[in-house]
Amino acid sequence: MRYRAPPATALATVRLDEFTAVYHRPSGATHLLVEPAPEILAALVEPLTLDELADRLAATYELAGDAGALVARVDELVAAGLVAPA
Amino acid sequence: MRHAFAVRVGPASFRIGSAWRAPVEALADLYRDYPPATVPDFTVRLEPTRPWRRWLRPSVAIAGDFTLPEAAPLPLAQALLAAEMGMNLQMALGWRRHLLLHAAAVERDGRALLISGESGAGKSTLASLLATRGWRFMGDEFALLDPASGTLAPFPRPASLKNASIALAGEGRWGPLLEGTPKGDIRHRVPDRAAIDAMDRGATPALILFPRFGEAAAARAVAPSEAFARLTQASTNYQMLGEAGFVALTRLVRDVPAVAIDYPDTATAIALIEERWA
Repeated sequence: MRYRAPPATALATVRLDEFTAVYHRPSGATHLLVEPAPEILAALVEPLTLDELADRLAATYELAGDAGALVARVDELVAAGLVAPA
Repeated sequence: MRHAFAVRVGPASFRIGSAWRAPVEALADLYRDYPPATVPDFTVRLEPTRPWRRWLRPSVAIAGDFTLPEAAPLPLAQALLAAEMGMNLQMALGWRRHLLLHAAAVERDGRALLISGESGAGKSTLASLLATRGWRFMGDEFALLDPASGTLAPFPRPASLKNASIALAGEGRWGPLLEGTPKGDIRHRVPDRAAIDAMDRGATPALILFPRFGEAAAARAVAPSEAFARLTQASTNYQMLGEAGFVALTRLVRDVPAVAIDYPDTATAIALIEERWA
């Protein structure tokens, strides 16, 4: 299964500190995200499988070998309405 | 309504209609230094809960453009509080021109100190005390953040002091003591004339304060993300403003440092504030 984030034009993103504030224009909802959620959103601008997403993030983040953590983060973003199955 | 009073407080104008003469006279006296309203933004009505309750054990219900169905009526002697609650309600539910933060604000040298906290944190007390120490009183209930410019507009209605804080808030012109209200004893302290005359002059936020009363003295820096989360909670119209509110609030917390203080008494709070402000 592939996942997709909203297009960049649907989000306003402001880095505050370790938290990033994200405004989701279609819903009007505000989210406070910590790493690696903003990076997942950025990567999922194109639809990716979890394996492909893990490869993209591996260059920057130590998620390799902990697929469960990545699944949990993606599930959270799905629950928040920021990521959907493509 | 039989009796009416209109007043402007900062950018907002109110028309308060009343079934009784006394509340309008009390309001006219409390607000006698304020400019009259031209075109009211909001209407508040103080009316009897039942027609006969205009005379028999008079009981004031708060009505207006926006109402809370569960708001309990108040005795006529507390009609000033009913008017204040009615005006607050209109602002909280209806104001769209600014991001509205439940916060007090004072200004010095063109820079504003925002004081945000729950009821009992000391917003009104600290703002009133600072106003006796060279700060300009900009409001004790709502701070109005302009999304376009990032400045704060004053909303300097009379400060609403409760219970023990009535004795702490310093010199000034005071309204009548309202005893035994649902919030305890309440008395309104009218801002000084200079603060009222400056009600159209905004100020740039320079420090955000989250006070907590009743603890040993302490201060800690508050991260922008924590300030953001607290202030979204402290705003009554953040959701309503949509992206304009998001942009205004993220800019505020990124540009302006925030500090949380605990204080056991007001002298300690003032000292902590002056120390951080310097």
